Amino acid sequence: MSLQHIEEPVILGDGRLGTDILRLARAASVRLLSRYGILIAFLALWQVSSSAGWVNAAVLPPIDMIVAALWKGLAGGTLLGDIAISLQRSGIAFVAAVVVAIPLGLFMGQVRSVETALDPILQVFRQTSALALYPVFILLLGLGEASKVFVIFWATLFPLLLNTISGVKEVDPKLLEMARVYGATRLTVFRRVVLPGAVPSIFVGLRLSATTALLLLIASEMIGANKGIGFQVMNAQYNFQIPLMFAAIVILAGLGLIANQALVSLQRRLCRWSQPIN
Amino acid sequence: MASTSGAEVSIRDLSKSFTLGGRPLQVLRTLNLDIRAGECLVIVGASGSGKTTLLRILAGLEAADNGGVAIDGKPVDGVGAERAVIFQEPRLLPWLTVLGNVAFGLEVRGIPRRQAEERARFYIALVGLAEFADAWPRQLSGGMAQRVGIARALTVQPEILLLDEPLGALDAMTKIGMQEELARIWSEENVTMVMVTHDLEEAIYLADRVLILPKEKGGAARLVDVDLPRPRDRSESRFVSYRQELLREFGLH
Repeated sequence: MSLQHIEEPVILGDGRLGTDILRLARAASVRLLSRYGILIAFLALWQVSSSAGWVNAAVLPPIDMIVAALWKGLAGGTLLGDIAISLQRSGIAFVAAVVVAIPLGLFMGQVRSVETALDPILQVFRQTSALALYPVFILLLGLGEASKVFVIFWATLFPLLLNTISGVKEVDPKLLEMARVYGATRLTVFRRVVLPGAVPSIFVGLRLSATTALLLLIASEMIGANKGIGFQVMNAQYNFQIPLMFAAIVILAGLGLIANQALVSLQRRLCRWSQPIN
Repeated sequence: MASTSGAEVSIRDLSKSFTLGGRPLQVLRTLNLDIRAGECLVIVGASGSGKTTLLRILAGLEAADNGGVAIDGKPVDGVGAERAVIFQEPRLLPWLTVLGNVAFGLEVRGIPRRQAEERARFYIALVGLAEFADAWPRQLSGGMAQRVGIARALTVQPEILLLDEPLGALDAMTKIGMQEELARIWSEENVTMVMVTHDLEEAIYLADRVLILPKEKGGAARLVDVDLPRPRDRSESRFVSYRQELLREFGLH
């Protein structure tokens, strides 16, 4: 008879509020340190070794210079335009992949003959690096937006498609039989059992795809672009604006973290029934 | 909220075989049996005797090779609204709360959610889980989860309740409590109950009649009337002698 208690209750004592607050503050800082301690130490080491001259500050500029460049780029607006165009490219590709891969994956997972027929070609496509195909896409679609969006779309399609298919296929057949016993139609079984059962796996695919989208975004923007974060990384390096280059890299890391966090939150909301993720 | 008085089931010349390792394996041989409306029939038999197969045929999940089953005179073809199955595993949908799971059977049949949940709450209370209506399946113990499965089956108010070793996975203490609960539910709901078990004591505790399926080729199925007052007392001498009688059937004593 066990209802799980996920969080321990914090009990405030009687009258000794001052010490309680101190204790809570200490507990909070311990938690913060155990989670972010190594990250903070890494940044501190970078800052010290760069400003003390242990490493070449021209190649690894101190953190404060990178932050300053980041601030200047954002406040001045130069980087905002890059962020906007990059988000547009990866966003369109990601949404297109979602619109294609999820319905197709749900269908393929349900109908064995379709999956059998499509699986070999999917495996071949999946194993062919999207980066290797980028020149082909450029030949077909030109050096503009279309080829960039398409290469990102191509690379994000497969993790999502394959995870959706396996999510559908791995739904417990005993649950399907249970639904059948209650007279559920095929459509009801799909809506009430298959779909919710596949959601966690679909989210694994979404998170993989989001990461892949950013990866391919940068690669595509390094070739034949004149705007975008990936372009900015290359461009700043050519012009030896190293702090600006790092600022662009920081933005990329930030976008990745935000995208992942957004998907994790969405999954938590949709899958309150499952174990907490991570 | 008691349902009807249960349906009667007639089984005629029922045969079923499987192919196992390329060889046909006969599990049911021209079985004939009438299950009375409202009775509790418990099926026992060694493993491989086809008891679960018989239950699955009654449920409409499997088809017989020969012969057939009729419920209140109507031949069985596939699953039907007058039957509900309780499986060995609770088979709860992890993304629905206890309430959602219990209401599932009704909702699938197109009953509006409010109405379905109202009736579900009644049966959740009947199995003693009123406080846990909003809990998730992963938060439940094995016994609680199986009770949810039982409530889900009762909520559709079947005339025939089919139970496939429903308590097989529970620990001994929980099991005894659940047997008492099943006996109470059966007496309150007036449903025809057909249950498969490998626990002879459970069979005698619950059954009006025990059907013993033969394992060996050419053996005949046998019925034992359990003529004991309810609620039954496991330590009573007649209970014990029924137990010995069944054990003898299996060549154990």
